[in-house]
Amino acid sequence: MIVFQKPKALTDAPFHYCPGCTHGIIHRLVAEVIDELGIEGKTIGIAPVGCSVMAYDYFNCDMIEAAHGRAPAVATGVKRANPENIVFTYQGDGDLASIGMAETVHSAARNENITVIFINNAIYGMTGGQMAPTSLPGQVTQTSPYGRDVKACGYPIRVCEMLSELEGPEYLERVTVNSVANVRKAKKAIKKAFQNQIDGKGFSLIEVISSCPTNWGMTPQAALKWIDEKMIPYYPLGVYKDRSAKKEEEAK
Amino acid sequence: MSEKVLMKGNEAIAEAAIVAGCRHYFGYPITPQTEIAAYMAKKMPKIGGTFLQAESEIAAINMVYGVSSAGLRVMTSSSSPGVSLKGEGLSYLAGADLPALIVNVQRGGPGLGGIQPSQSDYFQATRGGGHGDYHMIVLAPSSVQEMAELTVKGFELADQYRMTAMILADGTMGQMMEPVALDDLKVAPMPAKPWATTGTGMKRPHNIVNSLFLKPEELEKTNFERYERYAKIQATEARAEEYRMEDAEIAVAAFGIAARVSKNAVDEARKMGIKAGLIRPITLWPFPNEVFRKAAGHVKAMISVELSMGQMIEDVRLASECRVPVTLCNRAGGMIPTPEQVLEAIVAAAKGGC
Repeated sequence: MIVFQKPKALTDAPFHYCPGCTHGIIHRLVAEVIDELGIEGKTIGIAPVGCSVMAYDYFNCDMIEAAHGRAPAVATGVKRANPENIVFTYQGDGDLASIGMAETVHSAARNENITVIFINNAIYGMTGGQMAPTSLPGQVTQTSPYGRDVKACGYPIRVCEMLSELEGPEYLERVTVNSVANVRKAKKAIKKAFQNQIDGKGFSLIEVISSCPTNWGMTPQAALKWIDEKMIPYYPLGVYKDRSAKKEEEAK
Repeated sequence: MSEKVLMKGNEAIAEAAIVAGCRHYFGYPITPQTEIAAYMAKKMPKIGGTFLQAESEIAAINMVYGVSSAGLRVMTSSSSPGVSLKGEGLSYLAGADLPALIVNVQRGGPGLGGIQPSQSDYFQATRGGGHGDYHMIVLAPSSVQEMAELTVKGFELADQYRMTAMILADGTMGQMMEPVALDDLKVAPMPAKPWATTGTGMKRPHNIVNSLFLKPEELEKTNFERYERYAKIQATEARAEEYRMEDAEIAVAAFGIAARVSKNAVDEARKMGIKAGLIRPITLWPFPNEVFRKAAGHVKAMISVELSMGQMIEDVRLASECRVPVTLCNRAGGMIPTPEQVLEAIVAAAKGGC
């Protein structure tokens, strides 16, 4: 009996991610969901600029590499061209919440029928650990060597909360993958985000609180603990918007 | 005989794009190209197409990138400041070898500049517009009929060579009305696009649309391959109209609206007994070098007439291999040279007063 195996939607290419990085887990969850929904043949993934820039090598479905922050605009084009395709973007915090904020907000406002997987690890990993739009107050990074000074650089952005104020988006949920129980919850959320698109419900964004042991300067274990102690208090987990559920509730 | 309809240049572009099979348009409001978006907003929903007003020029060009990845004909249009914003996307489209049609209805610059016609984005267009080694095919219409014809041609060339084509018009070309015969437009069938990301259907390995090559040897290889394609385009696709050039001693070089003005000046010069002619590049990239090289063998001087501070003049000098003096006759900032101004330049050149 097979208890566990690599999902079919992942290629055999070895991940380039650092030891202890949670990108690997999240890639697997996305691929498992693609397998379970039987949509690999019609799925198009959009990779960002950042650590997951080479995601196009890891997923077996057709893949597009987008300019920094522009994945939701590219996804909009792909989805409008072929609405029968299932289109997802996979973006980090610098990509989605800094340089690509306009594309994020407006694709959500349009309720574009796409799925966005948003990796929030509070740092720019690929370029070596600079301050991100989601870096915590006081967080030491290469470009905030004395800790993020909110007086000079402002406060970190809570993307789910911000987007939840929009009429447009269908589904917004924040999850994490720092424990087995949380990984299971994250997978459930990701699956819902893809199912929503299949059902034509519109824009779903899953924010995954992730770790970056390399640039946080921690062991993988300490990084997972830091998620619980520092990240989640600032970025509480949960569903921030579920329009269909709300409608059902109101209908009762 | 086909029926002619009176249309604005901008509308002719929009209608010709639809004739060419374009069903996806993304844009952002900016003068003086807005009629294109307005036309698309009206037409696209009626024919099962997409018109989407993007949140920015940057988003619009990236939506173009998405549709092109999916293998369909797609376009965006803008005017000078908006095209600067599209520069990033133009570079990515080139790097990923994606076809698309971009329209620039130029206005005066730099900066916010003005809203009156200009040709001062010549450098930006003919040198690529964004970062990296690449070119776009740049087409310069000089009548509303050509706005339509070159739009169709642009889509065809873009697909054939897997690169972006740009219609480099100006505010006058966009706004002026002329009779157009749309029935005459012939559209070649779209080539197969086996590289498109439309879903594997579990029947083939995955397609990847990408411009990232971290190994310099690989990136260099893509650059060399692209330039082999460019060399072929330069050898086969350069086009120019020659007017009264057979026995010309003074050659006027001008494109777009400047060529319309210059044609009048050439006729006036001929009446005065000056053997003037006009070379009107229709493709600005590839530049019709051969036409200029040949002309340099029999003219005494060349004049580049431009709505800019002198940009095409550099290509005229290169193409004529500096064998004859080349002078500039120009207005800028939204002003247009008059036939009298061009005639004066011709007379001065004929007297050897270069």
